[in-house]
Amino acid sequence: MPFEPLVKTGRELSGEEVTRYARHVLIPGVGRDGQERLAAARVLVVGAGGLGSPALLYLAAAGVGTIGVVDADVVELTNLHRQVIHSDADLGRPKTESAQAAVARVNPHVEVIRHDVTLDSANALEIIRDYDLVVDGTDNFPTRYLINDACVLLGKPHVWGSILRFDGQVSVWWKGHGPCYRCVFPEPPPPGVVPSCAEGGVFGILCAAIGSVQSTEAIKLLLGLGEPLTGRLLVHDALRQSWDTLTVRADPECPVCGDEPSITELIDYVEFCGVPGAPAAGEGAVPEVSVRQLVDELGGSRPPLLVDVRGTEERAIASIPGAVPIHLDRFRSGDAWGELPRDRRVLIHCKVGGRSAEATRLALRAGYVDVANVAGGVIAYLREIDPSQPEY
Amino acid sequence: MNVIVNGEERLVPPDTTVAGLVAALDLPSRGIAIALDRVIVPRSLWASERLSPGAEVEIVTAMQGG
Repeated sequence: MPFEPLVKTGRELSGEEVTRYARHVLIPGVGRDGQERLAAARVLVVGAGGLGSPALLYLAAAGVGTIGVVDADVVELTNLHRQVIHSDADLGRPKTESAQAAVARVNPHVEVIRHDVTLDSANALEIIRDYDLVVDGTDNFPTRYLINDACVLLGKPHVWGSILRFDGQVSVWWKGHGPCYRCVFPEPPPPGVVPSCAEGGVFGILCAAIGSVQSTEAIKLLLGLGEPLTGRLLVHDALRQSWDTLTVRADPECPVCGDEPSITELIDYVEFCGVPGAPAAGEGAVPEVSVRQLVDELGGSRPPLLVDVRGTEERAIASIPGAVPIHLDRFRSGDAWGELPRDRRVLIHCKVGGRSAEATRLALRAGYVDVANVAGGVIAYLREIDPSQPEY
Repeated sequence: MNVIVNGEERLVPPDTTVAGLVAALDLPSRGIAIALDRVIVPRSLWASERLSPGAEVEIVTAMQGG
């Protein structure tokens, strides 16, 4: 189905630029006209991370004239196995600054606009409004729903991709041309059920597969080329090396793009997506101990039982001596109660305290009285007590 | 009747709906999408859309990573 290019008029190219883009200009359908329109295009990439890295590099090389980058993080060592736009020398540098420098090395004709902020309900519409489309490479559910709703409200295409371990998903959501993200996933999974890449890991190269599909779709939309990925969800399995195509139709009852939407302005997305282990109505926060208190208690006359709710692979990187492994899933299923003493104080930890807060709450609901969460988890332990083990 | 769920055969009662399958598999009702013969079934139709014998069901879990 033919569709109108997002960019209607181009910017004249210099002779040097025509040569730079010659292999594009030679393609029927792109041509000099298409390349001039790319030079006038404005793309917003949210997240200069795993997916943002290949997307930014390829969009820059392709000659997209203006690229906005939204990211509030700095480059960390755990980023570098997949976030190829950043390098070892960029550690500690704001990701937008590192990305801007990398884009300048690839193509000095591209203007990068840095947005060193976390996208939120207060700034999203204002930021997105200035761009032709959004490439979504963020790393959390609240921002994904925020981008979706903002794009629906503004009528912008949302070039979306997500990854975990060996799996990737990619599509183009665009109200009026096909479904939106909420037509497929009206709500996120219950908090804590689907791990983030920081918890569950991600196969680094997967970012190239998914991020390159996103860049391809972005350029097709800008130029009106081929068939956009609207109405189709690609599901990629790197282990089977398979790409399944699922058809998605706009849901007339979609809460944001449907016939009678219940969401007509941006909402509080952190609240909407929920926080793992958050208290139910009538419950207070879970009791906490610091890692220093933990060490004191473990060295005392009646040491508590320390429980580690993380997975085997995480424990193999760094652990607190003496901790007994009981996975969070066993708290959720109730199997943990057979292993957890009721006559001894229990302290529970995970990586940074989120999953162990949920386990602590589940234990309290199951009738345990003397149980507390280790604030900051094993990472706090490594930083304050034992820096000899690696962080992750 | 038999249906195929993520590549594996599975016995379900006749006239099972998508919502019934989700409950029978003990899946969370949030954060997943169900495709019947490669077409995603909108959440608003889960309660009414019925599986036919031999239907290919694909369960897609939302992921947040990027």
